[in-house]
Amino acid sequence: MPSCAGMPLYRMARPETLAILRIDGFTAVYHRASGLTHLLAAPAPEILAALGEAGLTRAALLAKLRPDTAFGDGDEKNADEDRLGALLDELVATGLVACERAG
Amino acid sequence: MRHVFSVRIGPVGFRIGSDWRAPIAQLERLYADYPAPHAGVADFSVQLFAARPWRRLIRPRVMIGGDYTLPEAPPLPLAQGLLAVEMGMDLQMALGQRRYLLLRAAVVARDGQAVMLTGASGSGKSTLAALLSLRGWRLMGDEFALLDPITGMLHAFPRLVRLKNDGIAAVAAEVPERRLGPMLPGTPDGAIRHLIPDATTVAAMDTPATPALILFPSFGLARAERDVAQSEVFVRLTQASINYPALGERGFAALGGLVKAVPARAIDYPDTESAIDQVEAAWAAL
Amino acid sequence: MGRAVTGWLLARALRMPESVAALDPDAWNAVIAMARAEQMIGTLAWRLDGVVVPASVARILDDARASAAQGQVVALWEAEVARRMLAPLDVRLVLLNGTAFAVGEMRAGVGRSIGDPDILVSRDRIDAVEAALLAAGWESVEPDPYDAANHRTWMYARSPLIHRDRARRIDLHHAILPPTARITPDPAALLADVVEIAPGMFGLSPNDRLVHVAAHLFAGGDLAGGMRTLWDVHCLVAEFGSDGLEVRARNHALEHAVARALRLAEALYGDARRVTLVDRLYLHRVTARDGWGRPTRPVTRMAFSVRSHWLRMPPGLLVRYLSAKWLKGGGGPSSA
Repeated sequence: MPSCAGMPLYRMARPETLAILRIDGFTAVYHRASGLTHLLAAPAPEILAALGEAGLTRAALLAKLRPDTAFGDGDEKNADEDRLGALLDELVATGLVACERAG
Repeated sequence: MRHVFSVRIGPVGFRIGSDWRAPIAQLERLYADYPAPHAGVADFSVQLFAARPWRRLIRPRVMIGGDYTLPEAPPLPLAQGLLAVEMGMDLQMALGQRRYLLLRAAVVARDGQAVMLTGASGSGKSTLAALLSLRGWRLMGDEFALLDPITGMLHAFPRLVRLKNDGIAAVAAEVPERRLGPMLPGTPDGAIRHLIPDATTVAAMDTPATPALILFPSFGLARAERDVAQSEVFVRLTQASINYPALGERGFAALGGLVKAVPARAIDYPDTESAIDQVEAAWAAL
Repeated sequence: MGRAVTGWLLARALRMPESVAALDPDAWNAVIAMARAEQMIGTLAWRLDGVVVPASVARILDDARASAAQGQVVALWEAEVARRMLAPLDVRLVLLNGTAFAVGEMRAGVGRSIGDPDILVSRDRIDAVEAALLAAGWESVEPDPYDAANHRTWMYARSPLIHRDRARRIDLHHAILPPTARITPDPAALLADVVEIAPGMFGLSPNDRLVHVAAHLFAGGDLAGGMRTLWDVHCLVAEFGSDGLEVRARNHALEHAVARALRLAEALYGDARRVTLVDRLYLHRVTARDGWGRPTRPVTRMAFSVRSHWLRMPPGLLVRYLSAKWLKGGGGPSSA
């Protein structure tokens, strides 16, 4: 699975491609481009919201998420970045997140 | 197709062709009070045919065909021709229905408000629905709930109710013989017998109802009830839906609307008497 | 009604949409059943868009349009995912058949029900491509080593690959007919001439598209689904013309098949031109459906099945393949 190497920018897919339904504990997302429905549990919906249309690098995303979500404190930094990277790769594979080279 | 029968069940018209007269004769009796397809044009066709010409007469085996088919479906003995028709109709709905979101559920209604009893084939929902229909509830269907994605209403699909094994005796005790189809022993599911929905149900079949309560009944456990969280309802209903992926965004919106607007409860029941009681209680509590 | 109920009823509705005004309910039931049997209900629905039809028919056609549209969303996404997989390998994604028509927004793709994507890859890259897909979550569908080996040697594609999460399938081809068939369009020539049909997505050139369709219709297939294939021919010719087609067909040794395909498509869907006696036999076979959409005229069908199987595998190989299957306990050739 080709992951975005280097310092890529991750963006949420364009809003018009998604229909989002917030149900308790879950966010259901209908992805118009693929016709698939994804059920997202924390921290995936928070990641999508944080990325938004402007996009963030992986490091910036981690920093933004840290206070609120399951990503731990400074001791776990590298493990967290890897976990986040894996999650981002999955989201990119589904098309919910787009990644591109920054700059 | 020497013999033909056409019928409309709720909003869906079927044209059924058969190499044998017997299943058609049975359909004519059991669906006598049902209307014909709108303007004579059927939504789906079903065929009962013999795989080889001599199979029509010698140990006749009924192959099931239609607009939409599963070629691997094994043939049935002619004595179970009614079941072949039912399977054929189910296949058309499962593979071809694109207007309504289909959920595996029995639906009963009162005063324009509908209760969905979600469950897979053979989960006992047919018997439950039949008994409720004898206690003041309008039967809207025993197998499929039809959700209109545009209006959010449930449409009736009151085909013959499929009773199994113990359920047959329980219902037969309460209805006259003329409301029952032939006894069909020795099917893979055991003994099957159909209940003809009553005249009121058939007459009202074009009247939709507002979904008011979603129930997840489980047979065989000590009596219990609990609320079900919306997220769990959403997941369980996508699993209970046969054509959800084919409807795309309309299906997503319809299901989401249903889940957010309608309360849901799981009920565990040890016997049908208890189940009926629990359904009435859940309804009263709304 | 007065007309015999055959596939010509469907052909007429497609050729002259206004003619459906004359259809009574029985005829409508027949046309709809035939269209579904030929996987053409979406195509018919779009042809009849805007034509006055009974309300119950309008509902069926509305649903068919919506259904085709949703099917295309899913199929196009699979093509997009495949494109992303292939990009790092520097392999062009070459799509075949209906997927190409839909991706390229061609007339032949309007309302078409699109199946799983067929991808053409050169023989020297197919291993790398298959490996990339397997690494990205696709799984091979034939765990039985006999079937897999059989598939590779004698067919023209790898075992189908199914994605483990999405349960969608991709068929990889390195040629468009088995190398053991007696007539084989040259895959290298096909690949050399591909055109971009959408950003980053490629398809056969317009003439090669027609050659491909004709090759399958006659040289490879048993005319099953012939009405739909000939509709594809009709649409492709109408949209892209046939300049240089004869020469190109001759390069692939398929000029007779292509010429016949054009004549048959014209007879069914266009202004009927000259058809030969043999053409009439093919037309008879292609329109062999009854009012329930079922194939009729079994004798004709068997004759065609036997002939096309012969074309696919030289007789010696055919016998070997079948014997091994019998020994394994599988069935023999289906006769109907």
